[in-house]
Amino acid sequence: MLRYALKRLISLFISLVVASVVIFAVIEVAPGDPASFMLGVNAQEDTLAALRAELGLDGSKIQRYFNWVSGMLVGDFGTSYTYRTPVSQMIADRMWVSLPLALYALTLSTLIAFPAGIYAAARRGKPGDLTVMGATQLGIAVPNFWFAMMLVLIFAIKLRWFSAGGFAGWDKGVWTGLHSLTLPAIALALPQAAILARVMRSSLLDILGEDFMRTARAKGLSRRQALWRHGVRNALIPVLTIIGLQFSFLLAGSIIIEQVFYLPGLGRLVFQAISARDLIVVESVVMLLVFAVITVNFLVDLAYAGVDPRLRGRS
Amino acid sequence: MSLLQIDNLSLTIHETEILKRIRLRIDAGQIVAVTGESGSGKSMTALAVMRLLPNGAKADGAILLDGRNLLPLMESDMCALRGAEIGMVFQEPMTALNPVKTIGDQVIETILIHKAMPRAKAWARAQEVLTRVGLPPDRFPLSRYPHELSGGQRQRVVIAMAIALRPKLLIADEPTTALDVTTQAQILELLKGLAREYGMGLLMITHDLAVVADMADQIVVMRQGEVVERGATTDLLNNMQHPYTRMLFQASGHQVSLPDPPEPQPLLEVKNVIRDYRLPRKSLFGRSGHNRAVDEVSFTLNRGERLGLVGESGCGKSTLTKAILGLEETQSGDIRLDSQPVFSGHKPNPAVRRKMQVVFQDPYGSFNPRHRVARLITEPFHLLDTPPSGPERQDRIAEMLTAVGLRPDDAGKFIHEFSGGQRQRIAIARALIIRPELILFDEAVSALDVSVRAQILDLLAELCTTYNLTYLFISHDLSVVRTITDRVMVMQAGKIVEQGETEQVFSDPQHPYTRTLIDAAPVLPDIGTSVA
Repeated sequence: MLRYALKRLISLFISLVVASVVIFAVIEVAPGDPASFMLGVNAQEDTLAALRAELGLDGSKIQRYFNWVSGMLVGDFGTSYTYRTPVSQMIADRMWVSLPLALYALTLSTLIAFPAGIYAAARRGKPGDLTVMGATQLGIAVPNFWFAMMLVLIFAIKLRWFSAGGFAGWDKGVWTGLHSLTLPAIALALPQAAILARVMRSSLLDILGEDFMRTARAKGLSRRQALWRHGVRNALIPVLTIIGLQFSFLLAGSIIIEQVFYLPGLGRLVFQAISARDLIVVESVVMLLVFAVITVNFLVDLAYAGVDPRLRGRS
Repeated sequence: MSLLQIDNLSLTIHETEILKRIRLRIDAGQIVAVTGESGSGKSMTALAVMRLLPNGAKADGAILLDGRNLLPLMESDMCALRGAEIGMVFQEPMTALNPVKTIGDQVIETILIHKAMPRAKAWARAQEVLTRVGLPPDRFPLSRYPHELSGGQRQRVVIAMAIALRPKLLIADEPTTALDVTTQAQILELLKGLAREYGMGLLMITHDLAVVADMADQIVVMRQGEVVERGATTDLLNNMQHPYTRMLFQASGHQVSLPDPPEPQPLLEVKNVIRDYRLPRKSLFGRSGHNRAVDEVSFTLNRGERLGLVGESGCGKSTLTKAILGLEETQSGDIRLDSQPVFSGHKPNPAVRRKMQVVFQDPYGSFNPRHRVARLITEPFHLLDTPPSGPERQDRIAEMLTAVGLRPDDAGKFIHEFSGGQRQRIAIARALIIRPELILFDEAVSALDVSVRAQILDLLAELCTTYNLTYLFISHDLSVVRTITDRVMVMQAGKIVEQGETEQVFSDPQHPYTRTLIDAAPVLPDIGTSVA
C-alpha cells in the first residue's frame, strides 16, 4: 500500500514538472507583449524595456522559467501586470470563495447522487427508477446558468431566503459565508449530481449482475442486504473517477455561475486576466489548477486502493 | 420422508416453458446428480430450490424441504433458509467471491446473517470450517482476499461459506467445471466427504457424467426441461433405458478414427524456446524478476500429423500457442514453419503467418456480432497478397460452409442465428478458408455440450481425410486429446515433461506428472462402454 502511494506520489511530481514547462511554453508563445499592451501602441522603446525589466520579462527563457518555478515554491507568484499587487494575494482571496464553493457543490452533488443512483439501481425498470432517470436526464440537459436564474427568481426574489448575488465573506462567520454560497452551490451541483447518479446506477447495475451477488443471496442475505454489503463498495470505483473529474471542473469551470451570482472566484479572475493580457496571473492560476487537479487525482488513486484490495499489492 | 422432495415442478420464464413436471427426491446423506446438456433445465431446477430464479419466472408444483413446501414461502422466510438449511456452491470460483472483502469476512457473514452465534464464536467457527475444507488458518489467514487465492482455493472458500452452518441440503452447480483435473478430483472428494460426514443431502448439477459416475448414489438425466431417466448410479449405467441417456454416454466417450499420418516430414520446428514475463519490481529501484512461462521447449510437428498438448492452467500452453502464432516474441529459441522463422527481426513474418490459423475456445466471444458469416469466414483473406474476389470468393465461402456441415446460404446470416456448435463449425471454416499448413485448436471443443463435441470431433476427423490437416490440439480434456491426436505432449510449469505416441503415453505414462493427470481425470466406468 505504501509503495503504491509512493509510486503515485512520484508520478504526481513528474506531472507537475511537465505541466509547469508546458504552461510556461504556451504562455511564452502566445501573442501579445504585456508591456506594450500596458503602455499602448505609442510607447517609447526605452520605456518598454524598463517596464519589461520591472515585470521580469527580460532575461533568458530558461532563467525566467526557473525564477517563476522557484518563486511559486515559496508562495511568490510574482506581481500582477495590471493591478500591481502580488498574484499570490489575488489568488488567495479568490481561493477562499472558489474552493469552499467547489467542495460545497461536490458534497451536495454526492449527497443527492448516491441515494438517487442506489435507489434507481435497486428498482431497475420500476416507476422509481424511471422517475430518477427522467430527473437526471433533465439535470443533464438543462444548463446550470438557467438553474441559477430559476434559483435566484424563486429563493432570492420571491421567498427572500437568500441574497441574489455577491459574497458576504467569511469574516461574519462560517454560516453567513456558507449561506451566500448556497444558491451557487446548488446550481453547480444539480447537473453534476445528475451525471453522478447515472454513473452510480449503471455501475451498481453491473455489480448486481455479478456472480458474487448471487453467492451473497445464497448465503441468506436479502436483496437489500446484498446490495449494501456487497454491491455499493464494488460500484464505487467508476463513481470515484467521476467525482475526481467533477471536482476539477467545479474549481475552475464555475465561471458562468460566478458571473450569475456575482462571486469573486477564480474563474472570473482568469477571465479578467486573459482579457487584460495579465499573463503572470493566467500562468499562476492555471498552474494552481493543474496542481489541484493532479492532487485530486492522487487522492482518487489512494481512494481506489482503499476500496479495492487488489490495487494495494500492486506497485 | 425425504429431505428434499420435488413434485411436479413446472417453471415458465416470461411464458417460455423451462421445466416440465420435474420430480426428484434426495434423502439425508444421499448424493444425487442431475445431468444433461445445456438448456436441459438442470441449473434452473437448482435455482428453483433456492428460490433465486431470474425475474419473470413462475414456478408451479411443490418443493418440499423436510416436508415444508418452499414455493409459497415469503421472501423473508426463504432468506432465513438460504445459507442455514440449504447451502449452494457455484460454477465460477473466480467470480463467486466478493473481491473487496476478506475470505474470513465472507465466511463469517453466513454465520452472522443467521445470528447463529456471537462474533467471537463465529470467528472460531469460520476457522474450523476453513480448516475442514483444506484451508487451515495458519497457512491461509482469514485476512486473505480472494485474488490472493487460486481457483481451487477459492472454490474451497465458497464451499466453506455454504457449509458453515451445516445445512441439511447442499446444492453444487457444476462445482468443478472451471477447475483443473487434479483440483477437480480434490474438490469432488471434499464434497463427497462432507456429505457423508455431515449427513447432508447433496444435489450435484453437472454436464459431465464421468464426474459423478463414481460418487453419486442416484443419477437423474434431464433433457429440455424434463427428467428422461433416473435411477441408482450402477443400475442406471448398467441398464440405460432412454435413448438420450445412451446418446449422452456414448458422446462422452466418443471415439473417432483418424486416417494414418503420412511419412514424417517436419512442418513446425520449435527449438529451445524460452518465454519470460516480467514480474513487478519487488522494491522501487530493485531489478524486476521474471516468470519463465515457457522453459526450453523443443518439439517437431510433422506434416499431416495431429499433435496434442495437455497440461493444467498456468502451465504455459497458451503462451506457447501465442509464440507459435507469432503474436508474442520469445526471449530465445527458434520457431520455424516450413523452415521459415515465425518472427523476422522483431516483427511477425507475414509469409509464415498466412500458413497458420487458430480456432479458439469460446464460440460466442470470438466473432464480431455485426458482421455476416461471409465476412467473418473470409477475414483470413487479408493475409494473402491477392485475395480471391467475385465468384471465386463466393465459391470458396460455399465450399467451406459445406465442408463444415453448414449450407452455402448461411453466408448471409449473422452469428447470433447459430448455436454454439454451429459457431464452432464457422470458426473452423474461417480457419480452413486460406488452406493453412497448420491449424491450432486452443481448447476448441471445451465449451461445447458432449453431443455437440462428438459431432465436431467427427467433423475434424473427416476434414483430416479431405484436407490432410496438420494441427496442434491444445486441451485440458484428456479423453478428447486421446482420440483426436496421433502424438501428445504433456506440459508442466513451462516444460514438456513427456511426449510420445498418444496411445503409448496414455496407456503407459512414464512421467509422474502424466500419471497424476491421468489418474485424476474422471473416467466413465467400463460397464457403460459395453452397453454403448
